[in-house]
Amino acid sequence: MKYSSKDEQQFVNCTLSGPVRIFVKHGKVVRILPLEYTEPDDAPPWKIEARGETFTRPNKAGIACWVQGSKQQIYSKDRLLSPMKRVDFDPNGERNPQNRGVSGYEPITWDEALSIVTGEIIRLKDKHGPSSIAVTGSSHDSWGNIGYRMSALERFWNLVGCTWIDHDPDSWQGSYWGAIHSWGFHWRLGQPPAFDLLRDTFESTEMIVFWSSDPSTTSGDYAWNETDQWRFHMKKLGIKFVFIDPHCNYTAVLDGDKWIAPKAGTDVALALAIAYTWIKEGTYDKEYIGTHTIGFDKWEAYVMGEEDGVPKTPEWAEGKSGVEAAVIQALAREWASKRTTLAGGGRSGMGHVMRSSYGHEWSRAMVLLMGMQGLGKPGVNYYSTTGGAPADWDFFFPGYADGGIAGGSAGPKDLGPRGFPKRPTASQIRQRINRACLPECVINPPVTWRGVYGYYGQSAQQQFTECTFPFPGYSEIKMIFRQGASYIGTMMETNRFARMYRDPKLEFVVNQTIFNEPETKFADIIFPVCTNFERNDIGEWAKISGYSNKLSPTNARVVVFQQKCIEPRGLSKPDYQIFALLAERLGLKEMFTEGHPDEMSWIKRMYEVSDLPKVISWEKFQSKGYYIIPPKMDKKPTPALRWFYDQRAIDIPDKPMSVDRPTNDEQGMSRLSTPSGKIEFESQTLKMFDPNDEERPPVPHYIASWEGTESTEILKNYPLQLISPHPRFTFHSQHDGKSLWNDEICHHRRLIDGYRYWVIRLHPVDAEKRGIKENDLVKVRNDRGVVLCAATITERMLPGVVHSYSSGGGYDPQGEPGVNTTIDKGGTINQLTSSRFLSKNCAGMAPGSCLVEVEKYVEGGK
Amino acid sequence: MAKYAMAIDLNRCIGCYNCQIACKDEHVGNDFLPVAAAQPTFGHFWLSIEEREQVRNPSHIKVTYIPKTCQHCEDAPCIKAAKNGAIYRREDGIVIIDPEKAVGQTGLVAACPYGSIYLNEEKQLPQKCTFCAHLVDDGWKEPRCAQSCPMSCMHFGDRDDPQSAVSKFLAAESTEPLYPELGTKPQLRYAGLPKPHLSGTIRLADSKECAAGVKVTLAVPKGEKRETVTDAFGDFQFDNVSKTLYAIEYSLEGCQKQSQALKIEEDITFLGEITLKME
Repeated sequence: MKYSSKDEQQFVNCTLSGPVRIFVKHGKVVRILPLEYTEPDDAPPWKIEARGETFTRPNKAGIACWVQGSKQQIYSKDRLLSPMKRVDFDPNGERNPQNRGVSGYEPITWDEALSIVTGEIIRLKDKHGPSSIAVTGSSHDSWGNIGYRMSALERFWNLVGCTWIDHDPDSWQGSYWGAIHSWGFHWRLGQPPAFDLLRDTFESTEMIVFWSSDPSTTSGDYAWNETDQWRFHMKKLGIKFVFIDPHCNYTAVLDGDKWIAPKAGTDVALALAIAYTWIKEGTYDKEYIGTHTIGFDKWEAYVMGEEDGVPKTPEWAEGKSGVEAAVIQALAREWASKRTTLAGGGRSGMGHVMRSSYGHEWSRAMVLLMGMQGLGKPGVNYYSTTGGAPADWDFFFPGYADGGIAGGSAGPKDLGPRGFPKRPTASQIRQRINRACLPECVINPPVTWRGVYGYYGQSAQQQFTECTFPFPGYSEIKMIFRQGASYIGTMMETNRFARMYRDPKLEFVVNQTIFNEPETKFADIIFPVCTNFERNDIGEWAKISGYSNKLSPTNARVVVFQQKCIEPRGLSKPDYQIFALLAERLGLKEMFTEGHPDEMSWIKRMYEVSDLPKVISWEKFQSKGYYIIPPKMDKKPTPALRWFYDQRAIDIPDKPMSVDRPTNDEQGMSRLSTPSGKIEFESQTLKMFDPNDEERPPVPHYIASWEGTESTEILKNYPLQLISPHPRFTFHSQHDGKSLWNDEICHHRRLIDGYRYWVIRLHPVDAEKRGIKENDLVKVRNDRGVVLCAATITERMLPGVVHSYSSGGGYDPQGEPGVNTTIDKGGTINQLTSSRFLSKNCAGMAPGSCLVEVEKYVEGGK
Repeated sequence: MAKYAMAIDLNRCIGCYNCQIACKDEHVGNDFLPVAAAQPTFGHFWLSIEEREQVRNPSHIKVTYIPKTCQHCEDAPCIKAAKNGAIYRREDGIVIIDPEKAVGQTGLVAACPYGSIYLNEEKQLPQKCTFCAHLVDDGWKEPRCAQSCPMSCMHFGDRDDPQSAVSKFLAAESTEPLYPELGTKPQLRYAGLPKPHLSGTIRLADSKECAAGVKVTLAVPKGEKRETVTDAFGDFQFDNVSKTLYAIEYSLEGCQKQSQALKIEEDITFLGEITLKME
């Protein structure tokens, strides 16, 4: 496409959902377009030919609607344009922590703000040591390898010292706490690789079962609308799509051939009945069971009822799940008779089931079902249709999990050996906190949990660690430094976080963020950050690396020189510059910057250590703004688990660590990273950990939810199951609740009496019982909170289950924050979800198990 | 002179709403005189999305998203309703509301039977889609909505040029206007508008199992005959059926053949569970 130049300047940048071209006039953004790959020197489109049809790479980026609306976000009324101080906070006098979340703010100068913050860091380190300062960033920050939280934030705080608040695999909990014990892949946090599975699916798959999976919504997270064309092509090839989800989700209403709706939390029962049918009818791959798996007899004994006297028949599963036995049986037969791929969770993880009570049991059952059908055979994969596009993975460019300027690495250590940075940093403070129980750690220590300190991808056994806070002799938390602001919106039982921030034990709270978000309003000092459109950076689209190494969720590997398009708005600054200023005041400037005068110098250095100089000059890269890495289409494809199916050495571009196998010869390299090297129906790691753990036994079991269909007492008051998966029209909290254009999408928010309310979906039967009509304001409540929502009445819900997306950014308490009876107008659904972990030994979130009541809201009424 | 038109492939539309927001990105805060004054930040949908949710049966729900802009009608009621030539049709077929002449003509909002004209309250100006005429005039190949579409399902261009995206699509696909009964000769055409749908599910009488592989024949007296086969779940469906009298027949080896007369009157007909008895 030819673009007008006139008096407009053009820039290229990269966002959370892809590369964009920005047009600027007189220092103001005019328009933002998804980047097209139509320059004469751009890599030409690749093609996959299969079954008589050709799929051709699209020639532009499939960005998300909330990125298409970035202009409104850049100029949002909720941008922070000046450093702020809470009006009733005086570092030398009354701090009034009890007023956090309520008090107003006054603008202060950068000098004042930096002085207060460095003063507090010095005071607290002097008095209590660095462990008294807890620090974290938001999961999905603005894009760029230099500015990202794993880069600038980590470098600064590793040098200062702090108690890190850990991030965990909370989008795919079940894989992490479950699937790891069935098939290994702990370095991928339990998620399967997807190499070349796009081609393999095009060539060989006949049916895909999307189980708790809505790829059109969650796609490959940062890849957003990139993968819809793939599924459209799969349908064209005649591949059947079956959806299992109590919500007839957004992919199902486009492409579904069958929607099967189990009651929430009963999916394992369904899986067991499928296994039962296969065993009973002899329609599983017995040879593969013999050569590629261990412990099948134990699984068989449980499935067939020898273990507990209960055969897991389709009729038994119907009683649990509400899905007709005949349908379960038909699914099982069709699955066994066709080359079937399982899409268990959205990317390879999203979907509510994995994030529900005992979600690990489901994740393990999913792996085992595929183990019964010859996982790795052509067309028989574990694949959510959201990765595995052709890509040249010999070409090195780092992702954010490679650690950026911090020099840490969540996964393969690829960047460090190339000399970036010169001096890597690492946390010197061993005390750490699981973010899901941060409020308890702050307010009411000591706290214990079974889980992980630091990076989660080191070994399967790492997750058995008995964790505790505080460490002996370390400080409790006196200060929180928060970059980004997504806890209020994304963390379960959110009122806990409001109570934490208002607790007098917290002497000081800093929020460094772009928008005046709900969590920001609990800070004492606010540092305003500019967006990625207002600074330079470098990054590859959707490139995580580390624990999601080489996922290939996009049609093209696009490395972007993220050009600064406009000056930072107001007094906002890039994250990097804020840390550099703090470092200077703490005498750490040289250590933090390594002598780089500015970000551009770091960017150039990252360019130099990558493979980019081989293909594009620095000057050209800077001026053009991007480079598309062409895939090597003549290279023999290496489908994700074909090597394992063929029992030969692993040939995919992502290898396990040497410690995960007895030898590194051919035989060792053909093993999975489970103790047996095979798919484990009976998990050897779990058996060693605790063979009698009834919440996660060595063979996966159906265990009724602690808050679900069999919770008789809770159901008396809260009869509806609430599921709250990853949202379709926002990404975390930062793309919502700021008067953005996605607010006008009826699936996202609804305008009622001048206020835009978050949407909840319920079945007509449930609505009628409660006298609720379309667009009515409803109160969604349980003992943990009360949220106002706009009702959407749709037969896309299973009766008895309601659906409302997580991660709203609009928290708007109509009373004292943190009080469970205070009504939230803003749609913070996670106020209602439980902070109870998946199970007693698995410290992962389980918002998918949540019971509520929904009632029509009458203002001033009860 | 080109004759601009657009064809939208609803079969590929995923309901991502990029088009709706790309339109706002282009027009909010930007004056492109003389073809368009800036759009207000909220409340205008020069491109809106009409959704049709077809509950075809309990296990099959289909949503069709219909992106809807000004239809740039050849016989545009708004042009007739406008005073002072405030709405005019350019030689290239694009219908434009003159941002100056139309000030105060608030009644024009009601003149569009497609509901595609919006009132700018502040300026007292009726406004609508311009096919991004300011960009097209500058050599752009397509308006912003089409450019932003990740599925490339909006085909724009010169109807008179057989090589244009729109001409190629129109030649290859069966398309129709939205609400043809309005009779305004719109320059937008759609492939994949929802059609009346018929479905059912078949079980075996004795075992209650889903009856796969049943041949289902749908016939109008002395005419069209369509056939399908039930899937693994015993489900069958016919899309795009007529509201007429049919005979439907189910046959499976080893079972008694069944047939019934079927008068289709609704947009969605679900026959429920049909039981086949063994011979």
